[in-house]
Amino acid sequence: MMIEVEIDQCVGGGQCVMAAPDVFDQDDDGLVVVLDENPGPDRADDVALAARLCPARAIRLAGT
Amino acid sequence: MSAVSDLPAFPMTRLTPFDPPPGYAAAREAGGLARVRLWDGRTAWLVTGYEQVRSLLGDPRISVDRRREGFPFPTPGREALERSGRTTFVGMDPPDHTRLRRVFTKYFAIRRIEALRPVVQDIVDDLITGILADGPPADFVTALAGEVPSRTICHVLGMPLADRAHFQALDHERNTLTTSPENVIRATNEMLAYADELIERKRREPADDLISELVADQLGGDTISREEMVAAVRLLITAGHETTTNMIGLGIATLLQHPDQLAELRAAPSLVPAAVEELLRYISIFHISPTRVVTEPIEIAGHRLEAGDGVIAAVAGANRDDAAFPDADAFDVHREARHHVAFGYGVHQCLGQPLARVELQTVVETLFRRVPSLRLAVDPAELQVKEYAFLSLAALPLTWDEPREGR
Ligand code: HEM
Ligand code: SF4
Repeated sequence: MMIEVEIDQCVGGGQCVMAAPDVFDQDDDGLVVVLDENPGPDRADDVALAARLCPARAIRLAGT
Repeated sequence: MSAVSDLPAFPMTRLTPFDPPPGYAAAREAGGLARVRLWDGRTAWLVTGYEQVRSLLGDPRISVDRRREGFPFPTPGREALERSGRTTFVGMDPPDHTRLRRVFTKYFAIRRIEALRPVVQDIVDDLITGILADGPPADFVTALAGEVPSRTICHVLGMPLADRAHFQALDHERNTLTTSPENVIRATNEMLAYADELIERKRREPADDLISELVADQLGGDTISREEMVAAVRLLITAGHETTTNMIGLGIATLLQHPDQLAELRAAPSLVPAAVEELLRYISIFHISPTRVVTEPIEIAGHRLEAGDGVIAAVAGANRDDAAFPDADAFDVHREARHHVAFGYGVHQCLGQPLARVELQTVVETLFRRVPSLRLAVDPAELQVKEYAFLSLAALPLTWDEPREGR
């Protein structure tokens, strides 16, 4: 699974950080930072939840 | 198409305090949205399907700009409020929304807000200690639900605690649907004046708080004008206030009416975060909003929305959609509710939600741990859930057993 984020679309708020704190973080401006672009299959559920919760649809997942 | 006079009138009345009006289910069954009639004779789309609410609130062909023709308002007072004074990012579309919201995202980042937990814990503990010292019964709306958000926001923004009664009263006046347009505008202008003074004070005497940091980061820069800063600070003072107050009051009331689930929470505090998400979903205080206006035609669920059509994306309806939350009318702290839309959806989704969560989680965990015998002091039927800009609870009289002498 590969994670891509569109930082231009990010509106902060940190839904992704709440869903998968080991995969997503926020930078000094409160915008998304990906800590792990290729997390293991055991993180798939939380990462999918993060992508689903993102209100700005800024998180894209590719591959499995 | 049916005549406007045949359409259901909006806002609709609830039959039971904790459940959305039956018209919400009807709109959901009609494909997730249906036309309704507003007080001024205009029509709007009431959207109550979960997927339809998410899809429309995330659609760039829709605007939050209250000055646009066709924007729906539930009452004349609300129209005055939402069109009065300076708007700030909650009423602006990209790119201005993006520019201004990004000034504030850093202050509400998860890690910063998590660091406030001890502060919120102290606030909640002090209030409960005071309530217990005064003895039963007590109105928990005034004694706790109204105090936690106002004390928290005073701390975060660096406002004197003594000022809270002033902005609480102004905020309440603005949010009451029956307030006259003139009074709404006056209250808004007073709040703007207050925000302006606060910024000025922090410029002269910076301290360790959000407004001082904002002034240091941005005042005199190119990103946000002073006027825009005043309007945004006004929003920060009020946005998290009546919302969180009502969620705390209604949340406590809901839990007390589900004693088995409350007992489980007490036994397993690790359930509290999930329970708070379920409370946010089940209660959904945003019962007649967010609202929007269409800017370009949108096809959705077999309907065609035209430019200028008003949209009422009632999250209270979406959060009761069985397609997204099986058996959605049941309150169940064990369900997966995190995808609820109680904080809205799209680029305007609540900026303060991490703070609201910390406050709600702290109250729920602490209150029922410290006061296990807490119960309603009145018949549940006497609880008055008022439908104004948000759902609100007028009073929450509770009682408890006092520790026996000598313990
Ligand atoms: C349980 C309590 C709360 C609820 C249910 C709530 C709900 C909402 C909703 C539904 C919106 C979206 C409005 C729209 O789309 O038009 C919103 C926006 C907003 N909320 Fe909250 N809120 C709560 C607490 C707070 C707190 C504590 C703060 C911060 C102090 C806050 C600050 C904001 C701001 C600044 C916006 C505007 C965001 C934007 O337009 O980009 N809210 N809130
Ligand atoms: S959930 Fe989306 S909008 Fe929110 S911080 Fe993460 S990437 Fe940004």
